[in-house]
Amino acid sequence: MDREEKHNKIERKGGCMSVGAGAMTSIAVNGTTIELTDRGHGRPILFLHPGIGIDPEAPVLKALERGGRVIAPSHPGFGTSQLPKGMSSVDDVSYFYLDLLDQLDLDDVLVIGAGLGGWIAAEIAVKDASRFSALVMANAIGVKIGDRETRDIVDIWSLMPDEFNKLAYHDPKNGERDYKTLPEAESLAAARNREAYARLAWSPYMHNPKLKNRLHRVGVPTLFLWGTADRILSETYGRGYCALIPDARFETIERAGHFPHIEQPDEFASRALGFADAQRQAAPRSRRA
Amino acid sequence: MQVYHFTEQPYFPAWNNHQGSLRVNLPNSVMDPKTAGDLFHRYYDEWKLADELGFNIMVNEHHQTATCMSSTVIVGLSVLARETKNARLLVLGYPIGHRPDPLRCAEELATIDVVSRGRLDMGFIKGVPYEFPASNQNPVGVMDRFWESHDFILKAMTHQGEPFNWEGEHFHYRQVNIWPRPVQAPHPPVWTTTGSTTQAKLLGGKGYVMATLGSGYATRPLQDAYRAGYEAKWKRPAPPDRFAYLGLVATAATETEARRRGELVAGYLRSSSIVHVPFRNPPGFLSVDDNARMLRGMTPPRSYTKDGRVISMHSGSVQDLIDAGILFCGTPDQVYQQIVDFTEYCGGLGNLLMMGHAGFLSHEDTVSNLTIFAKEVMPRLKAYKQPEPQSVAA
Repeated sequence: MDREEKHNKIERKGGCMSVGAGAMTSIAVNGTTIELTDRGHGRPILFLHPGIGIDPEAPVLKALERGGRVIAPSHPGFGTSQLPKGMSSVDDVSYFYLDLLDQLDLDDVLVIGAGLGGWIAAEIAVKDASRFSALVMANAIGVKIGDRETRDIVDIWSLMPDEFNKLAYHDPKNGERDYKTLPEAESLAAARNREAYARLAWSPYMHNPKLKNRLHRVGVPTLFLWGTADRILSETYGRGYCALIPDARFETIERAGHFPHIEQPDEFASRALGFADAQRQAAPRSRRA
Repeated sequence: MQVYHFTEQPYFPAWNNHQGSLRVNLPNSVMDPKTAGDLFHRYYDEWKLADELGFNIMVNEHHQTATCMSSTVIVGLSVLARETKNARLLVLGYPIGHRPDPLRCAEELATIDVVSRGRLDMGFIKGVPYEFPASNQNPVGVMDRFWESHDFILKAMTHQGEPFNWEGEHFHYRQVNIWPRPVQAPHPPVWTTTGSTTQAKLLGGKGYVMATLGSGYATRPLQDAYRAGYEAKWKRPAPPDRFAYLGLVATAATETEARRRGELVAGYLRSSSIVHVPFRNPPGFLSVDDNARMLRGMTPPRSYTKDGRVISMHSGSVQDLIDAGILFCGTPDQVYQQIVDFTEYCGGLGNLLMMGHAGFLSHEDTVSNLTIFAKEVMPRLKAYKQPEPQSVAA
C-alpha cells in the first residue's frame, strides 16, 4: 500500500473522529474522548503539548503543516479532553497515546514533544517507538539529572504568574494572558490544564525516577531543541537528558525560553522538519513500512 | 451547648519579622527553640486550666508556620491525655489525606482514646492549601485519598478478630490488627470541617459532627445542606449537637477591656492570611470552575454581617468581626447574647469551638478571658435551651 492509500485509509478509519470548528476534531480512544487539531496532509506529525496546553491556532501548528499532517491532541484531562478514571501518571498517558497511534494506524510519525509533551514522548518511545520516524524533544522535562538536593526544575507552583513568565519566556510578554477579556472557555481550559499538569507532575516533581534507566531503549533518531532563555530548566539539564538517549543530537534555539515552539514557531518548525527529513533520506526507518 | 477552648499555639514573636509569608517558607532561624518551649508550656498550662474550668479542649496542627507551632496533633493529645481529667479532647483536625500511613493514624488515635479513658473526638480534615508544599501530597485528588484513609482508619478501629487485608487505590496493608483498639465503641466520634454545600450534604448522610470555621453569618447554607443530607438518611431533623462553630472570644468585666482583648485575638485573623500568594491556591485544591472564575478576576466574598454587609475577615475592625459572627466580644452579658443570636441564626448549635487565646493575647489575659467566660457565660450556655431541630424540605 502506498502512502497516499494508507492515509486515505486513516481518514476512513477515522470515522470515530468528528469534525468540529475549523481543524478541531475529537476522537474516542477506549471510551475516552479527547480534542485534537488535525490539519494538513502527508507524513504524520504528532505534536504533544507542554503543561500549559495547546492553542489550536498556535502558529507552530501552521508552520509544521508545511511538512505534513499535524495532529495536536489535548492530553487527557487537558483542554476539553476527558480524563479516564485512574489516569494519574505520565506512564498512563503514554499508554493512551500508544492506543491512539494504533487506532489511527499511523506510521513514520514525526513525534514532537514540548516540556511535559517531551516527557510523554519519551515514555512512549521507551515502550514502543516502532511507529516513530523521528523524535524531537523541546525543553523537555521527565528525568532527574542533578543530585537529590539540587532542584533541577524550578518549582512552578510556588511562583506568581508574572514570576513564571519571567523565567519561562525570552520575552515575558509572550506568556501574558488576560482572562478577563478572553472567552470563558479559555479560563476554563487554563484552570483544567493547571490541575491536569499537577496531577501528572506534582511528585516526584516533573519526572519519573525510572525513566532515566529506560532511555537507552529509545532507538529512534532524536533531536533535543532547546530554547536558550529557559530559566525553568537549564541547558545543563537538557544536555544531561540528551546524553541518556543513544545518538541524540542537541541544538539550541535563540530568543526562546521554555516554550521555543511559541516564541520561535517558524524556526522551531523548520528545525524539527529538517531533522526529520534528513533522517528519512538517510534511511526509511519504520519497522512497519 | 458544649464549649471547647482552642489556641493554635502560635509563635507570635516572629509575626513582625517576615518577608510577606508567615507560612511554608518563613525560615525557622527567626524562631528561638527555647522561647518555643516556653510558649508550649504556657499553652498546655492554659489548656489544663480550661479543663479545670469545665471547658473541653480542641487541638490542631499546621506545618512550617509561625501561626501554629503544633506540627502534629498527636504530641498535644499525648500531653493532654494525661494532664487533663474531664475535658473532651477534640482534634480538628487531623489532615488524613496528607498522611502517608493511615495505619499509624489509627494506632495513634486509638492509643490517645485509651489513655484519655475515652475522651477523644476525631476530626478528620482536608487541610488548608498551605499544607501541600510541606507534605508534598498531590493536592489534585486529595479528597479521594482522604476518604480512603477515613474508611481504613474506621475499619482498623472497629475490626476485631483475624487481621484484615487492604489493597486500595492509595494504601496497602496485609495484616491489619491494631493494638490497642479504641475504648469508645464502635470508635471515637468523627468530626470534620467543610466550606462546601455538596460536602456538607454528604456529611449529613454520615451523621458526623460538621464544624465550620469563622464562617459567621455565611454558615446557614452549609448547615441546611447538612440538614438535608442528615434527614434523607436518618429520617429525622439533625439535632444541634451535629453542628460546631469556631469563633474568637474576648470577654472582660468591662466592654473597653473586652474590646482591647478583641483587638489582640483578631491578630490571629490578620496573621493567618500572610502567606506567599501561590501557596494559597495549589493546583487542584479548588474546583476547576472556582479557579476559572478566579482567573476571570471574580473572588466571591466569604464574610457577611447579619444584615448582609460584606466584611474582610483579615482586615475588618473588631466591630466588623462582631457583626459578622466571627468574634464574640464584650462583657459576659454581651458575649452570651451574641452567641445566642448566632445560635438562633444557625437554628441550633451544639458545640462552640472558642478561640480563647489567639494572636498577641498574653497569658494573664488568656487566664482572665477563660475564667470570666467559664464563670459567667458557660453556665448560661449550658442552661440555654436550643431551638427545636428544624426539618428542611428535601
